[in-house]
Amino acid sequence: MAVQLEFLSGTQYFSGLNHAELEAIASRVFEKTAGRAEILSMEGDGATGLYFVASGVVKVFKTSADGKEQILSIVRPGEAFNDVPVFDGGPSPVGARAMGPVVLYGITRDDMMAILLEYPGVAISVVRALAERVRHLISLVEDLSFKHVIGRVAKILLEHVGGDGIRGPRLTQQEMAAMAGTAREVVGRSLKTLETQGAIRLDRHRILITDEEALQRIMEAS
Amino acid sequence: MSETPVVDEQKCTGCGLCVSVCHLNGLAIIGKVVTIVGAVECDWCADCELVCPTGAISCPFEIVLVGSWRPHKDNA
Repeated sequence: MAVQLEFLSGTQYFSGLNHAELEAIASRVFEKTAGRAEILSMEGDGATGLYFVASGVVKVFKTSADGKEQILSIVRPGEAFNDVPVFDGGPSPVGARAMGPVVLYGITRDDMMAILLEYPGVAISVVRALAERVRHLISLVEDLSFKHVIGRVAKILLEHVGGDGIRGPRLTQQEMAAMAGTAREVVGRSLKTLETQGAIRLDRHRILITDEEALQRIMEAS
Repeated sequence: MSETPVVDEQKCTGCGLCVSVCHLNGLAIIGKVVTIVGAVECDWCADCELVCPTGAISCPFEIVLVGSWRPHKDNA
């Protein structure tokens, strides 16, 4: 299936281009499909191409040495990923996985570099998109490095626990993130850490506080 | 009763991203809004909540104190 010009003009990189320019770029686009949980790029891979999500959702993540996954971004239709290795020619600093069936539109590194030279407007859009990405990542670094998010999440859990036969309020990870002043991705990681430390257990729709004292110690230590 | 994710029909745009990521095939777009259809019990992975661009579907947690696995000082 050929890429629709309407799709390209709806992306951050190619908005503002005229019909002829979009057609020239469309001729360089290839399609790729993947199934649920399929790895689309691995940390350390070279640049296979810049990808736009046409349908489905892609998770971009970093894996620590002990196997913990930190989500860096969720890439939805019209958005791009794998741009860092395409633009700097180095290995990919992150991994990307299909969260369900996905259709991607790709452009090889050589073609993308040619497009940047040919259409300065695209280069400006790319710079803007990358600056937005840097802003998001700086915010995430701040959360992960400087804020004691785990302690805040522990406090939220202790403050919202039900008791004496009364159910406490139900909280989404997004709501906990808003309360802790952090990103949802960081709350997910904090909950997993608290579970690893034995303070809580995730049981489907319930967070079971299995060791209240441990949770309190974690809260007070932060 | 089986717990299911919570849908805010006013916020749902019917984009179907949640449907595409549900690994239990528990969601469908019916009448332009997401509907819970799964025969298999939701495992609360919260991927639907993660990908929803409008916050229309969520997996809220109930927080329950079940005690301590470690012995209390009085009992130690």
